[in-house]
Amino acid sequence: MNKDIEARKQELLNDGYEEVYTRTKVLTDAVMHYCPGCGHGTTHRLVAEVIDEMGIQDQVVGVSPVGCSVLAYNYFDVDFQEAAHGRAPAVATAIKRLNPDTFVFTYQGDGDLAAIGTAETIHAANRGENITMIFVNNGIYGMTGGQMAPTTLVGMRSATTPYGRRVDLNGYPLRMTELLSTLPGTYYVTRQSVQNPAAVRKAKAAIRKAFENQKQKKGLSFVEILSNCNSGWKMTPVAANKWMEDNMMPNYPIGDIKVDGKICEGIDANRLVLDHALTVMQ
Amino acid sequence: MARELQLMKGNEAIARAMIASGCDGYFGYPITPQSEVMETLMAEKPWETTGMVVLQAESEVASINMVYGGAATGKKVATSSSSPGISLMQEGLTYLAGAEIPCLIVNVMRGGPGLGTIQPSQSDYFQSVKGGGHGDYQLYTLAPASVQEMYDFVFDAWDIAFKYRNPVLILSDGAIGQCMEKLYTRDNVARWSEEERRANAPWGTWGKPAGRGHNIITSLELDSARQEVFNHKLQAKYAEMKEKEVRFEALNCEDADYIIVAYGSSSRIAMKAMQMAREKGIKVGLFRLITLFPFPTKQLAEVAKRVKGILCVEMSAGQMIEDVRLATQCGVKTEHFGRFGGIIPTPGEVLEALENKIIK
Repeated sequence: MNKDIEARKQELLNDGYEEVYTRTKVLTDAVMHYCPGCGHGTTHRLVAEVIDEMGIQDQVVGVSPVGCSVLAYNYFDVDFQEAAHGRAPAVATAIKRLNPDTFVFTYQGDGDLAAIGTAETIHAANRGENITMIFVNNGIYGMTGGQMAPTTLVGMRSATTPYGRRVDLNGYPLRMTELLSTLPGTYYVTRQSVQNPAAVRKAKAAIRKAFENQKQKKGLSFVEILSNCNSGWKMTPVAANKWMEDNMMPNYPIGDIKVDGKICEGIDANRLVLDHALTVMQ
Repeated sequence: MARELQLMKGNEAIARAMIASGCDGYFGYPITPQSEVMETLMAEKPWETTGMVVLQAESEVASINMVYGGAATGKKVATSSSSPGISLMQEGLTYLAGAEIPCLIVNVMRGGPGLGTIQPSQSDYFQSVKGGGHGDYQLYTLAPASVQEMYDFVFDAWDIAFKYRNPVLILSDGAIGQCMEKLYTRDNVARWSEEERRANAPWGTWGKPAGRGHNIITSLELDSARQEVFNHKLQAKYAEMKEKEVRFEALNCEDADYIIVAYGSSSRIAMKAMQMAREKGIKVGLFRLITLFPFPTKQLAEVAKRVKGILCVEMSAGQMIEDVRLATQCGVKTEHFGRFGGIIPTPGEVLEALENKIIK
């Protein structure tokens, strides 16, 4: 731990303060570059906590994408590879196949995973690679300045859809998570979010399950995390979370879709095969 | 397998050499004229003997990124393809070079541009040695001229790749890939043990043990000052290769009035043309490039001082000739002769070109 932080902590403890919450040792001291209010920081922490709690820090190899989380390797204190744009699932495939005793996870955004890397994502999933994929969906290209992503809702404004996404121009938003759930190679497919404590707890449980599945050699686990992109959406963090709940969640419903290799009860075919565009609600 | 005389296709030799040289993993995608590489590997099932992993990927893009992931754990990882597939891999290659990941790529060239043809060609010289992808990088590039060299260069590739932490390219073509020749196999080299992997690739990402920092494999450095320092480091590495790792073969160059410069299949044709010329009393030598990068600049310049003319033979519109002219500072008459689009020149055509373009 950073010496200044350690000294300050000791001072507070000497003053009678009690330590109730601390940084997980699987995260480094590096100051994250993420915008305040963005879901990346929380999601990083959840992945790190799961690695810590499972006691597998020395067996983990992470793969970061191109996009907002390109520098994830600076924040996780585990071995890490930075992949070319969209190729993380291919990179992870080889790491795991050549090193079956490691825990391999990819961490990608929607542009990386669902646009340029669609082929690698679908084929890694369809091969049933025994890896964990974390997919942060904020409906926009955050890093490059807020352009339309494959998950941008119809009607949603972005730097390249200033009048809102139009089906006739831009086609339909893509629901990667539902799509992957239909493949026999996926073992666990879920969508979670991190905008409040209850959601964070559920998201952590899902990430834990995804790593436990890998430990049991069950195949591919896919955890989508819905996140706001308050700077890209040009809202305050609070307003962005509200907008996410009001608009993203009706189109990208939260919850497990496939558990233990089986589509969950209550998830019917109409949910998996859409006959309408995902559209901004208001 | 020990040293043994066998009859084998060039592509099969690549595959067998991978297994015999202790390769840990191969990731590929079918493309003519090199599909026998993966077919041989799949038929041999090395995962049951040496433990080598073989996987057919969904594309060349995925293949080269699988090479990235696997090789970045400090293991010996390879792929092979042919020209259009190698074009798809260029992004991966520049990332591999930028992240300093040792690995082996085999290009069994076919004619281009575009989908081109499935017949042999040598028109990927520029792509191979002038940086096919973005950024200032080089691949150590070996050009085999026989099935034996297809086999041997796989063994050599691992030494160079790990010594310099750099990708190695074997630049072959459809003629050598598809032809059958005799070759002597070598004693098997065992795959590295866990201890050997860790000793040979301490930078690898296999899970951070207690007591060492996390290893990071990346080609990203947003700080320009540091990125420039890193680029200087890469250039120093390439300079060292130029100093220490140049390979070539000079045949009959001592008394030659004229020399032919060629590599790969073209050098085999040129060798016959050289013999035909000598039978006619024309003193011709052959300067065969074995490494295309590093190019044998000094060595060729030395030979060029003593000759009246140089014919470059390449199954292309004339790519290698640029490096030949640079090496000789255009001090000697130098012309190109080539067939392309998948046509292989005959020795007679080469001799005729020598007589018409150089000697006359």
